[in-house]
Amino acid sequence: MPANFDALASAIEQSEKDLLRRWIAALTAAGATRSGQTSDKDLKDACGRFLNELRNAIKNGAGEDISSEQWQNAREVLEEISTARALRGYSPVETALFVFSLKEPLFDLLRQTLAREERLADVLVASGGLLDRLGLFTTEVYQKSREEVIKRQQDELLELSTPVIQLWDKILALPLIGTLDSARTQTVMENLLQMIVDAEAEIAIIDITGVPAVDTLVAQHLIKTVAAARLMGADCIISGIRPQIAQTIVHLGLDLQVVSKATMADALSLALKKTGQKVERIAARG
Amino acid sequence: MDKIPILKVGKCLLVTIHIDMHDRLAMALQDDLTNAIVSTRAKGVLIDVSALEIVDSFIGRMLSNIASASRVLDAVTIVVGMRPHVAITLVELGVQLSGIQTARNVDKGLETINRLIEQSESTDADGDD
Repeated sequence: MPANFDALASAIEQSEKDLLRRWIAALTAAGATRSGQTSDKDLKDACGRFLNELRNAIKNGAGEDISSEQWQNAREVLEEISTARALRGYSPVETALFVFSLKEPLFDLLRQTLAREERLADVLVASGGLLDRLGLFTTEVYQKSREEVIKRQQDELLELSTPVIQLWDKILALPLIGTLDSARTQTVMENLLQMIVDAEAEIAIIDITGVPAVDTLVAQHLIKTVAAARLMGADCIISGIRPQIAQTIVHLGLDLQVVSKATMADALSLALKKTGQKVERIAARG
Repeated sequence: MDKIPILKVGKCLLVTIHIDMHDRLAMALQDDLTNAIVSTRAKGVLIDVSALEIVDSFIGRMLSNIASASRVLDAVTIVVGMRPHVAITLVELGVQLSGIQTARNVDKGLETINRLIEQSESTDADGDD
């Protein structure tokens, strides 16, 4: 096989400029620039760098196995390109095309250089296999970077959606937004209980204005949270139950076993009363 | 065998669980505590679980048994300083400790228990009239 790769390397070296020009033309024809999203210059730059690393790798005696050390630089260039494309919203096909569109010009080139030699077929097969593996590698990297994006967004969502607010001395508020599933309830519960310890809170107001629906499971989660808070010496008040949700709770025959108030304001005034605090309007000014 | 000390503070008994409870220790505590309530004529029991890190359903049931026994002996029970993970575990185990009062720390607990003792004494006095 190395002999085949040698032929490939020398072919690339001989007419690198021509190959690069035809490759870019093929890419542009396939719509790789995405009507100007990637500038011609960037594309040319990326192609040039990859071709350069490809040639270097083969010259350094890199074999078929693209996970070997000699392929390190080439892999890095591909990783960079695929990651950038994944983040810009390219499709997997468009990303993989970057490598696959090199096939046609490269094969033409090989046919010209090795026109009368017997090993032409072998070289073609070897180069085809190599490009396939590199192309699949870009897809893999693309997939990975997309998964990273999804994972990061999930984490962010989880953090964003479970803030515990110190509303007043000894009073905490937990505004719940979005559907409550088991994973989220666990985070919510842990955050709330930890905050009860940190703030030495006596009352926690759980506001469910932003919860779109309450079913038996959600109610179960709420009851558990309330029970755990009670075990730690803090009382809970549930506020913001919307009319439809109140009806659902009744229809389902649920008993939340907790004080509930219509609005956060009512809940706060009850909490103030329970903790022996008072807010007063100061005498009218002017 | 380790023993959990029971201290008398005013009208109530203070129990601090400072080592991980094993079942025999829990049983011994239950015995000692009921005896102490009778001998000291205490009106309240305050159990500080702030150092307790591991609980199981047995410890949970032990706590609610202590509360029930104390109630029979005319003493209120209050559990203070429970850690978040202990609370979550007890809830997941289905131990609700429904007969027990709770408070955040010993300070708050003493305040609450004294108030409860006063309340129960005043209702007793009303009954006598």
